[in-house]
Amino acid sequence: MNTTVADMHPPAPPVFYTREEVHHNGTLLGFWIYLMSDLFIFASLFACNAVLGTNYAGGPTASEVFDLPGLAINTALLLVSSVTFGFAMLEMARQRKRAMLIWLAVSGLLAAAFVGLEIHEFATMIAEGATPERSAFLSSFFTLVGTHGLHVTVGVIWLIVLMVQLGQFGLTEANIRRLRCLSMFWHFLDLVWVGVFSYVYLVGVLR
Amino acid sequence: MDHRSEIWNFLLGNLSLKVLPLHNTLEDRILQVTFAVVAISGLAIFGWVTVKRRWGYLWREWFTTVDHKKLGIMYMILATVMLLRGFTDAIMMRIQQATAFGANMGYLPPTHYDQIFTAHGAIMIFFVAMAYIVGLMNYVMPTQIGARDVAFPFLNNLSFWLTVSGVMLFMTSLFVGSFSRAGWLGYPPVSEYQLGSGVDYYIWGLQLSGLGTLLTGINFVVTILKMRAPGMSLMKMPMFTWTSLCTSGLIVVTFPILTAALFLLSLDRYVGTHFFTNDLGGNVMMYINLIWIWGHPEVYILILPLFGVFSEIVATFSGKRLFGYSSMVYATVSIMILSYLVWLHHFFTMGSGPDVNSFFALTTMMISIPTGVKIFNWLFTMYRGRVRFDVPMLWTMGFLFTFTIGGMTGVMLSVAPADFLLHNSLFLVAHFHNVIIGGVVFGVFAGINYWFPKAFGFQLDPFWGKASFWFWQIGFWVAFGPLYVLGLMGVTRRLSHFEDPSLQIWFVIAAFGAFLILLGILSFLMQLYVSIRHRERYAVGHDPWGGRTLEWSTSSPPPPYNFAFTPVVRERDAWTDMKEHGYVRPRDGFQPIHMPKNSATGVWIGLLGFAFGFGMTWYIWWLAVASFVGIVAVAIGHTFNYHREETIPAEDVKQFEHTGNWKPAGEGASA
Repeated sequence: MNTTVADMHPPAPPVFYTREEVHHNGTLLGFWIYLMSDLFIFASLFACNAVLGTNYAGGPTASEVFDLPGLAINTALLLVSSVTFGFAMLEMARQRKRAMLIWLAVSGLLAAAFVGLEIHEFATMIAEGATPERSAFLSSFFTLVGTHGLHVTVGVIWLIVLMVQLGQFGLTEANIRRLRCLSMFWHFLDLVWVGVFSYVYLVGVLR
Repeated sequence: MDHRSEIWNFLLGNLSLKVLPLHNTLEDRILQVTFAVVAISGLAIFGWVTVKRRWGYLWREWFTTVDHKKLGIMYMILATVMLLRGFTDAIMMRIQQATAFGANMGYLPPTHYDQIFTAHGAIMIFFVAMAYIVGLMNYVMPTQIGARDVAFPFLNNLSFWLTVSGVMLFMTSLFVGSFSRAGWLGYPPVSEYQLGSGVDYYIWGLQLSGLGTLLTGINFVVTILKMRAPGMSLMKMPMFTWTSLCTSGLIVVTFPILTAALFLLSLDRYVGTHFFTNDLGGNVMMYINLIWIWGHPEVYILILPLFGVFSEIVATFSGKRLFGYSSMVYATVSIMILSYLVWLHHFFTMGSGPDVNSFFALTTMMISIPTGVKIFNWLFTMYRGRVRFDVPMLWTMGFLFTFTIGGMTGVMLSVAPADFLLHNSLFLVAHFHNVIIGGVVFGVFAGINYWFPKAFGFQLDPFWGKASFWFWQIGFWVAFGPLYVLGLMGVTRRLSHFEDPSLQIWFVIAAFGAFLILLGILSFLMQLYVSIRHRERYAVGHDPWGGRTLEWSTSSPPPPYNFAFTPVVRERDAWTDMKEHGYVRPRDGFQPIHMPKNSATGVWIGLLGFAFGFGMTWYIWWLAVASFVGIVAVAIGHTFNYHREETIPAEDVKQFEHTGNWKPAGEGASA
């Protein structure tokens, strides 16, 4: 690029182009921006919960329906899966494919267990009559927590597909990029969950 | 439907012959004629393409393309087609309101009239204005920053087809079932409890196209941040690129909120939740807040790129660099931020009290400051410039005049106590048409006239261009001036019948104005026809206007790869700098260029998206589930394709660089 700097001597005109191949890859930035936009969906759902969260309409209240010990297990599962995903990324950096795949599988199982427990929690609540149709509080609860759970499910499906691709094509540049995106997605969902359990559940039972 | 067997209910959901417009009423007669026209013209196009054996060409070169230029052109065509649809709605409303007085109930029953104003608003915003600005940004922005394509070319194609699937749902609602009667923003409780397919068509059409727009926003932000030519720092970007960046940023932070609001509305309608209901703790105002947190930035999403267009045009046709570039950038960024803080001015009447209303009134008034900065910058750019009054410049000056007045009526509306009177009146309708037509539409036509020779190598006919401009300019004031008057007299919007005969004359004048605008649209179509028909006569060089930015440095039309060598930028008006300092076009040493390969995935996802939306609208659950699974399968299948690039050989690059349209300005026009 030194050739492009304007020369002070008049005879040599400046060069306005470079013959070098200029390479860009914006995938990680793009994915990060996507996550920020997704955060706005969650923000809208949190806002609904903030406004409608005490509109029990004579139905069950937050402290009646929330099972905090169950929530603790659930939260632990998801947070640990973030740690194991971090281990997988470390193994990826060391180019140890097998160990990486094992840690990815562990993360996937933990997340699947999280989704399973959540479905169980939903089923219990619905069986007790605390359905999404019962009150605005329950509508906003099921929608926010369910949307998060849906995201985790998508993450698990993505993880399975990517594990197949990693097995098939190895730690190529493209696969490493995809793994980095999934890693961001995984931690992002953890972060959202921290918001969910502290605001929807913990503040929910207090207010 | 009552005595239909279970299997038919399963297969067809809520569909039945009853929902088709087969009745012997005026309303259905109108739809039948419309259907005949659409079907005949559709068949004609289909037959023509088949006879000419052009399906393969269309598929390879257009439908599956990932070239931002071709996608840009397709967006522009889509928007123009939808402009005709949206304008037909407009003129139907004008005729109804001009005639339906006293004993005369007009020719449209209220159920039909309500669908028309809903469709008009939603189509004009989502499929005309949005499609036009996305088309312009797609075509122009990458070439302005010296890039070969956008950051995610395949996503760009997918965005287009998602938009098309939304359009297809909206158009299907004309003939199968009905469209929403809840207004273009679908306010609850009307949208909650309205039976029939209408609101569902609306929801799914917007969800699909909204997803496409969100992906476009992400795509463009990354493109601008990552793919600028070496040397082009942020403060050296062309103004249009700056405004594209701000618009794309706004898309990223607002469209998810639209998605969320519509998602919650659909939960209320389908599942029976209580977000926006009147009972069991729901809160209608929650929807109205959410939709306007998207909706107000949306109008700035629409106008900002056109501010960029005007900036480019004013500088080019004044033969000067843009006056106050930095202040223009800061003004754009302030508008972007402020636009997020004004949403409540759409419902001062909510009852949030004087403190909250004052806050939103003040932020609203504050937006007029950076906008004023822009207006003055454009005027000062023209001041002592050598102004050429070509068609793009005419549209720009029409904008300066019309938009400024529209902006001032906006400031009137921002005064909360005044708004209590003007709220929901025709004054408001006149105001937002004043800024959207005077700003967005005029800007789109300015941009089309300006960049058309870039895209096709020939100019648009100036005579019909001027005719179009004057019909629009005069037609606008004749059509909307009376609405200001009526609004001040207290006439509310969305009425299909009036009792007071003294109002009629104003509606007749407004209808006459709408016909003038019709002549403006026809002149535009005539302009396209004449110019394409005699394109040799209108051929121009690659830089016909004496442009200042990088897109004019390459051939017109540009090669698929835009630039054989990546440009290196030293100054703001990079192309002017190049012309002034003895730029010599490289003629040898070309290298192979890697470009993204075409992909059919976008088309399939778009079609499946349409099937999904249709299934959801008519409660055909198997169709919805099957097409949703199909979308996921196609998307996963797409990720197994790792070979997404192809190489343009160096000889082909050389060939193009020697035969492309490199004639300097003015040359080539034989007329």
